[in-house]
Amino acid sequence: MTAADGAQRQIHLVAHFPGVNSTTVWSDPAAGSQIDFASFRHFAQTAERGLFDYVFLAEGLRVREHAGKIHDLDVAGRPATLAIITAMAAVTERIGVVGTLSSTFNEPVELARQLASIDHLSGGRVGWNVVTSSDAFHGGNFRRGGYLPYPERYERAEEFVRVAKHLWDSWADDALVADARRGRFADPDRIARVAHQGKHFAVDTTPTVPRSPQGYPVIVQAGDSPAGRDFAAANAEVIFTRHSEYAEGRAFYADVQERLAAAGRSSDSLLIMPGATFIVGDTDAEARDLSREVAHAQISPQTALAWLEAIWGRDLSDIDLDGPLPADEPEETVLRQGQTSTAIDRRAHAARLRERAEAEGLSAREVVIAETAQHTFVGSAETVADEINRYVQGRASDGFVLVPHLVPTGLDVFVDRVVPILQERGVYRTAYESPANPRPTLRSVLGLPAPQPPASLDLAVA
Amino acid sequence: MSDIAKLHDAVLTVGVALDGAGWDPDAWRELPDPAAVFTADYWTDLVRTAELAGIDYVTLEDDLHLQGASEVGDPARSDSLQGRLDALLTLTAVAARTDQIGVVPVVTVTHTEPFHVATALQTLDHVSLGRAGWQLRISPAPADAAAFGRRSAETLTPEALLGEAEDVAEVARALWDSWEDDAVIRDTSTGRFLDRDRLHHVNFVGDLFSIAGPSIVPRSPQGQLPVTLLAETAETEALAIRVADVVFIPPADTLASSLERIGAVHAAAAAAPREERGLEPLRIVVDFEVGGERGVSRGPAELADQVAAAQRAGADGVRLRPARLPRDLEWVAEALLPELRHRGLTASAPRSGVETPARTLRQRLGLAAAPHRFAAASEPSAGDDQDVQTRDSQEVNA
Ligand SMILES: Cc1cc2nc3c(=O)[nH]c(=O)nc-3n(C[C@H](O)[C@H](O)[C@H](O)COP(=O)(O)O)c2cc1C
Repeated sequence: MTAADGAQRQIHLVAHFPGVNSTTVWSDPAAGSQIDFASFRHFAQTAERGLFDYVFLAEGLRVREHAGKIHDLDVAGRPATLAIITAMAAVTERIGVVGTLSSTFNEPVELARQLASIDHLSGGRVGWNVVTSSDAFHGGNFRRGGYLPYPERYERAEEFVRVAKHLWDSWADDALVADARRGRFADPDRIARVAHQGKHFAVDTTPTVPRSPQGYPVIVQAGDSPAGRDFAAANAEVIFTRHSEYAEGRAFYADVQERLAAAGRSSDSLLIMPGATFIVGDTDAEARDLSREVAHAQISPQTALAWLEAIWGRDLSDIDLDGPLPADEPEETVLRQGQTSTAIDRRAHAARLRERAEAEGLSAREVVIAETAQHTFVGSAETVADEINRYVQGRASDGFVLVPHLVPTGLDVFVDRVVPILQERGVYRTAYESPANPRPTLRSVLGLPAPQPPASLDLAVA
Repeated sequence: MSDIAKLHDAVLTVGVALDGAGWDPDAWRELPDPAAVFTADYWTDLVRTAELAGIDYVTLEDDLHLQGASEVGDPARSDSLQGRLDALLTLTAVAARTDQIGVVPVVTVTHTEPFHVATALQTLDHVSLGRAGWQLRISPAPADAAAFGRRSAETLTPEALLGEAEDVAEVARALWDSWEDDAVIRDTSTGRFLDRDRLHHVNFVGDLFSIAGPSIVPRSPQGQLPVTLLAETAETEALAIRVADVVFIPPADTLASSLERIGAVHAAAAAAPREERGLEPLRIVVDFEVGGERGVSRGPAELADQVAAAQRAGADGVRLRPARLPRDLEWVAEALLPELRHRGLTASAPRSGVETPARTLRQRLGLAAAPHRFAAASEPSAGDDQDVQTRDSQEVNA
């Protein structure tokens, strides 16, 4: 593929603040606080130095548990999403801030107001990763309690986003007059009352926040089922996906593009960004060694054991992790709570693991490492840059959500060494601003079309 | 304690209450760019002015409906400032750009999610390195009930609203303590990041909501943020006595009635079992209007006289409500504060170079470091979770 320079696809990068899972190494002497604001400031400012599109935070609304007790092996404890992305925006100038926020455990009136507030406070740099949250365990911290049956979660998400957009559109662009001479602060005829009565929400209000710089936050989505993909095709502007393997990435990309067309949207109105880890060394060989070392730090013997216990549904403390996987079949008991689980059919999962262990000659712990701590991009800065570029030029993605393994300095090596190479290759921006766009919003940095303000302000009854 | 003794060993805290373009509905007309009230720079500049002047804290008003539109369907108005941003998020942005002053947003507890409220406040405390507080607000407005659409306005009786607010305050404090300070151990020999015995479920069960906990946010620098309430009514005054660290007394028509109110709150708070509930004596802060209709005629000396009278009546602090921003805030900084300092009424000093580390809001308010209630109340090795509802009896046993 030898596209002329001008025809090269541009790479988008997102900096994912390391999360509360085994990817984040806490045992390294360089690992800092997961909660001090200094860590978030360093991370956001480093990402901005690297001209990333946005910094990103996942969200989990309950501390994870294993076998009925607080899960104590992984990094735990994180700030509240809305407040911390606001603070990160306050110590940066151009980079976007995107938070993961549940459509199940929030209400449209409040969340729409908060996101619109951040869009104002950040000068148009906020985005919302709409997730539907998984289970009743999280519901234990919220008024509604319990959870929604699976199909209803996307139904609620859909209605949530629809109502939120009405709320964000309620003030026309010219509703804020602010003319002291004429004594007019606002034009009441340009501020709509939003009345909505639906299956999940009954909302009747006149919002307090004027239309924000971006109109509304960039909508991101992170669910993988057909329903999740359709929701994304209808509503999202960015998809955060797990499909980071090349062939899988291309298939996912094509699938989403089809759904996008079916939803009547243009192919450039949605970006696809898989999550990815990376290990950069001076040479490819050095990076491979480092990757092995990091993987062992990520998957301690205790972490490997807990991971297997979550699949086998029982205490496995009697097994030898340097020996084979347990021979017996998994039980259905749910040991791990508060973490999205991918294993639905445990017997099949166990069989697949055994097969892999046998084929590759892996011990129990080594299987866990192979399954969970394979780093997406491993190599010298050149190798990593070229690999990322290959994905993007090959339409396996539009870029990546990079998840470093260290807080708060894990991104530094990427920004210092890989970004300059991407820039040299002509596939990555060298500034946020351009003469045509001196004060870019997050949406314009992403190269996405701006939403059209509503033609009519008659928003009553949706 | 005699008045004289009190004068010598206590000084008043000084706060500023921010709202829109000021408390005067016409104040927006004086702003060079009235639309700036929807920007972070506007609020940052104001708070920095207050910080430089040595003000102890700012509060920021909030409401879920447009100014003056508390009934369902009340339309927007054209001639007064309309609209506002979320106060907690606004002060979070400001906290990231300031380093000394306390930041106290109004956060409504009616309709909102207690877990989100509690964790957002903790996050503000982390971002500000211990300068956060909370002005708890109840919303009886029918407009807010309609906006959320989950409860009919008729169910929002004063008793229900107050009971819920008390529950939210209670559960917030429990969540703030649900991680002990040293819960993160990073013990490589056992592979454990956390000592799980130092995290606690709160297992709160109230009439309107239940919360399992623990918080997703580790204990914040202050642990317990100062909780404040405006005593608009006898009921909110009683609530403040039950749950708050600081009560704001709204401006009265006459100084005499203000002074009388201070005395009454003082007596009521002293008679309440606050110590049993783990609360220090209630700090009484009196609101004064500055500039505008009622405050305009007062010079610094006259206002300082009134502040002195409030102190003699038992006030621990004053909170100033500038009618017009930034003008009246500048007057506070340049005229009023020097007068108060000159009389020894306040210690709040203008900023002198680098003050490291910054004082926490608790320190500024004279509140002792907050002990960790689970740690104090239970054997760490018990490990199991505490039930908030039985906390009082545990404290007795400890
Ligand atoms: C890449 C990815 C990241 C996710 N991140 C979060 C998260 O941070 N918080 C959360 O509550 N759910 C998260 N989810 C869960 C989704 O919101 C959703 O509940 C889950 O994927 C089930 O929906 P699905 O069947 O459509 O995939 C994530 C899902 C994916 C695929």
